[in-house]
Amino acid sequence: MIKLLFLNKKSGMLYHLGKYTLFLKKVFGRPDKHSVFFNQLIREIDKLGINSLGIVLVISIFMGAVVTLQTAYNIEMPFIPKYTVGVAARDSILLEFSSTMVCLILAGKVGSNIASEIGTMRVTEQIDAIDIMGINSAGFLVLPKVLAMIFITPLLVLISMGVGIFGGYLAGTLTGEVPPAEYIYGIQYGFRPFYIIYSLIKSVVFAFIISSVSAYWGYYTFGGALEVGRASTKAVVTSSIFILLFNLLLTQLLLA
Amino acid sequence: MIEVTNLSKSFDGKQILKDISTVFEKGQTNLIIGQSGSGKTVLLKSIVGLHQIDEGDIVYDGDSFVSMNNSERRRLRQDMGMLFQGSALFDSSTVEENVRFPLDMLTDWSLEERRDRANFCLERVNLKNVNHLFPSEISGGMQKRVAIARAISLNPKYLFCDEPNSGLDPKTAIVIDELIKELTQEFDMTTIINTHDMNSVMGIGDKIVFIQNGVKEWEGSKEDIFSADNEALESFIFASEIFREVREYHRKVKK
Ligand SMILES: Nc1ncnc2c1ncn2[C@@H]1O[C@H](COP(=O)(O)OP(=O)(O)O)[C@@H](O)[C@H]1O
Ligand SMILES: [Mg+2]
Repeated sequence: MIKLLFLNKKSGMLYHLGKYTLFLKKVFGRPDKHSVFFNQLIREIDKLGINSLGIVLVISIFMGAVVTLQTAYNIEMPFIPKYTVGVAARDSILLEFSSTMVCLILAGKVGSNIASEIGTMRVTEQIDAIDIMGINSAGFLVLPKVLAMIFITPLLVLISMGVGIFGGYLAGTLTGEVPPAEYIYGIQYGFRPFYIIYSLIKSVVFAFIISSVSAYWGYYTFGGALEVGRASTKAVVTSSIFILLFNLLLTQLLLA
Repeated sequence: MIEVTNLSKSFDGKQILKDISTVFEKGQTNLIIGQSGSGKTVLLKSIVGLHQIDEGDIVYDGDSFVSMNNSERRRLRQDMGMLFQGSALFDSSTVEENVRFPLDMLTDWSLEERRDRANFCLERVNLKNVNHLFPSEISGGMQKRVAIARAISLNPKYLFCDEPNSGLDPKTAIVIDELIKELTQEFDMTTIINTHDMNSVMGIGDKIVFIQNGVKEWEGSKEDIFSADNEALESFIFASEIFREVREYHRKVKK
């Protein structure tokens, strides 16, 4: 079992880890034309980032609302002040939901998009067409995506934090569970700015995982449309697992 | 001129090409023929260096590809143009952007100069007023032309075509074949074409290399092909009724 998982020559984890490392070396290898690269970067920021704004807003507002209501229902004891709901909602959103949740969603949306785009380019020989010109195709195609994600994901996470906390406010107010003044007092009470930094650091790491892992699966697709679909599933699954793994590691590292 | 010597290539222990040696002359359309799955694409991609070969060498006008370093290979690549089986155009770029791509990436020319060159290449393959269309908006035959225009945009010395007329109707297929032959003579390129189409063989085959299961079975000119004494080649050519009849005709004429 262990042997199958880790040591299998063609499909084991070690095989892919090695190949992924070499892939990253190619991605960060000799860059071609800077002007072209800059245009690519802008295009990717728009395609991967701005296009994800909608889903991030929707998730965040609901998430904030649910977290707030659940906390409110759970502390129905008279001697605990209502503002603690605000404190708890804020901390869960800042620490966990806005980074990990949002990035897991992005792994699904952006990850499958990257893997299927690059996978299609592979099976239709567009990547060969770039390589034959002596252009570093991995760098040309993947680096703009990685940098765009690293740039845009922290911004999305910041937006998610604001919108999430606002969602909590709306839910608390509309249901009458948490009075506005208490909520607003709560979200300021004992606020630690480091929580935001912590989440932003996580989001940069997650952005790198999503973009590079998904690009890896796409880049080494072999076959046709079916394999492109498979690559895109693998991209979502693998990057989600690595996000969860690194979430654990970074929490230990940054908060312990 | 491209010389291939003792080229072997395997994937994951499975041997695809075995000890292939041959020569492709300049200014000629050299054809690699064989059934689907015989290894034509792998051979072509091994020649251009898209696949790393296990053994052997490819010599480009006296320069050994195997012993070149990375920057020498990059320089050589600028002399190569390749037409892929499915055209391999970038679908999110317009026709003009596709043809301009190698120029954008590899030259220091002004936008004006790059546009002019792209238009020259597009006109050379008889395409006009399609600059701003996307690949999905033009026919398969036009896509092939755009891909040819892209392949010749840097004025290559070597042109490689993987099944240039696959997926085209017979008439368009001939037009594309003829276009490749004209360009080869006009720009004095060394051209290698993969095909399994006997019409191409008889139409533009200056030299023919027949491979089967990754082994070179026969080579020669199209004039020799009907008198060739090779069983595998015969069964490949005469799989088609019409060529069986041509053979009968040849034999009668000879008698
Ligand atoms: N990247 C690859 N990895 C493993 N096997 C491959 C690869 N490319 C081609 N092959 C195998 O090589 C053989 C020859 O394929 P190919 O050169 O595409 O044939 P042809 O172009 O003559 O139709 C096929 O069996 C194919 O499955
Ligand atoms: Mg082929």
